[in-house]
Amino acid sequence: MSHTAKRLRYVLKRLLQAVPIVLAIIVVNFFLLQLAEGDAVDVLAGEAGSATPEYMAELRKKFGLDQPLPVQLAVYLKNVLAFDLGYSFRHEMPVLELVLDRFIPTLLLMVSTIFLAVGVGIILGLLAATGLNTWRDTLISVFALVTYATPLFWVGLMFIVVLSLNFGWFPTSGMENIAAFHEGWDRVWDIAHHLVLPTVTLSLFYLALYTRLMRASMLEQAGMDYVTTARAKGLTERRIMFVHVLRNALLPVVTMAGVQVGALIGGSVIVESVFAWPGLGMLAFEALFSRDLNLLLGIFLLSALLVVSVNLIIDIIYSWLDPRIEVS
Amino acid sequence: MANFWRLFRRNRSAVAGLAILVMVILMAATAQLLYPADPFSLAGASMQPPGEGGFLLGSDSLGRDVAAGIAHGAKTSLLIGLLATIVAVGFGTVMGALAGYYGGWIDDLLMRTTEMFQTIPSFVFAILLVAIMKPSIHSIVIAIAVVSWPAVARLVRGEFLSLKNREFVQACHTLGMSDAKVILGEILPNCLSPIIVIGSLMVATAILIESGLAFLGLGDPNIMSWGFQIGAGRTLLRSAWWVCTFPGIAILVTVLAINLVGEGLNDALNPRLRERQ
Repeated sequence: MSHTAKRLRYVLKRLLQAVPIVLAIIVVNFFLLQLAEGDAVDVLAGEAGSATPEYMAELRKKFGLDQPLPVQLAVYLKNVLAFDLGYSFRHEMPVLELVLDRFIPTLLLMVSTIFLAVGVGIILGLLAATGLNTWRDTLISVFALVTYATPLFWVGLMFIVVLSLNFGWFPTSGMENIAAFHEGWDRVWDIAHHLVLPTVTLSLFYLALYTRLMRASMLEQAGMDYVTTARAKGLTERRIMFVHVLRNALLPVVTMAGVQVGALIGGSVIVESVFAWPGLGMLAFEALFSRDLNLLLGIFLLSALLVVSVNLIIDIIYSWLDPRIEVS
Repeated sequence: MANFWRLFRRNRSAVAGLAILVMVILMAATAQLLYPADPFSLAGASMQPPGEGGFLLGSDSLGRDVAAGIAHGAKTSLLIGLLATIVAVGFGTVMGALAGYYGGWIDDLLMRTTEMFQTIPSFVFAILLVAIMKPSIHSIVIAIAVVSWPAVARLVRGEFLSLKNREFVQACHTLGMSDAKVILGEILPNCLSPIIVIGSLMVATAILIESGLAFLGLGDPNIMSWGFQIGAGRTLLRSAWWVCTFPGIAILVTVLAINLVGEGLNDALNPRLRERQ
């Protein structure tokens, strides 16, 4: 079999593996909805102020809520697979539309966070590993330890107090200055300016993680046989470190970046609500406040799907980076 | 025990962490004595900066004492962190032990479940669970435990897998020991060290999750907590920075201390690992 065909088969296999997980998540979602007090009709009746029991029974029939549980589950599955995530009665909009609306800002925040956290984490881990047990290593390790223990929302608020309110360097909230009607590059610059604090805040926790991981990974690789070989060949330490060890040490960091996407979404709920960043996290925060369960479940489902797809993409990239993966 | 302490003491930062943790526990234990009044009640003038109006760490817009809130919040954080960890470690250990020991469908089920949990954004899941069950100590503990147990289960499963074919276990089978006896009396004691380590680190994570939930307004409404203080004080950032600042430092210091103790435990309980570093 040719190489491309093999690779294609691998991608297909990974796609198939993701299917049961997605189904399981949808089923969990359905049962969470069942667990909640009251159903959509109760919510509707509550919104309307008053409703007769007869009218409510009729509505339940219309929505299929009088059907046995397995039938309801089947209907729910069918709806979700047709991208129908239900209706948000607070926003008077289909959940899917609302969620897609807020998807881009979250994606922007997450992508910039991953780049910052992975990039700086790799550099810090490298610095710590190359200066093992010096003040540099200690300083970086202490930094990682402290940021690992810091609540994200608190760091965000402290950034606002010091950098926004005291120094006025960054805006306190939002994604852009809408009243300014920026266009073109001005708008890009404006959004980037708003993006700085949320990105730095969200990065901190993961920065600690990647720094530690990179340091450990570098140290592990430094003890490998190929390093001894390189040294025997007479290569400079510098070249060994930055060309041979660094490349191999990067692999676990890349994997970890994929695993952490789920946690990143959780962090973005907090960071977005601190900085009023108009993404999925902020939407979740608003949904919490208005007790909009349908919306909350939609966000949950979409974020889980996002994690599945990111992991899939990372796996595929990984199989290009490291052909050995295909064998296993 | 003396040997354990000797090993633990070698890690100086772990000892420092333990000292801080003991102080936090003392603060939680004496909160009722230091600040007998309800921490939600009005204690004096509002918006007092630290050190003024009889407030050590200032007061918020409703005249609540920030220091009193921190002292009472320590109780909440430690309690929820500990309870959630006990539930998660207990359940995770049972599931991991059964899966590792028996294999078969239990193992398949467990592995698929933990895979799903690795995919689900756990904090968002915790938010959902608390929102659905209505915020209370119970629902928060359950939510944190639900998102935390798979890590324990995987760990215990791995330990059981590697131990169940060892000679001493086979000897037990030859002696005709019951499965329950082998699991509880022979294998489990041999994997206590990693369970203790993961449990201690989990307390720290649980405290962080709890504070995040409380910050988002999902704390138990009748109980003072650090996350709630920060959430309530965020609107005062411009005028009263101290309301948010001090509870955050309390979280940071406590979580840091627990992490240090956890690493110390790891070093002391897994000598093999320590030598490698």
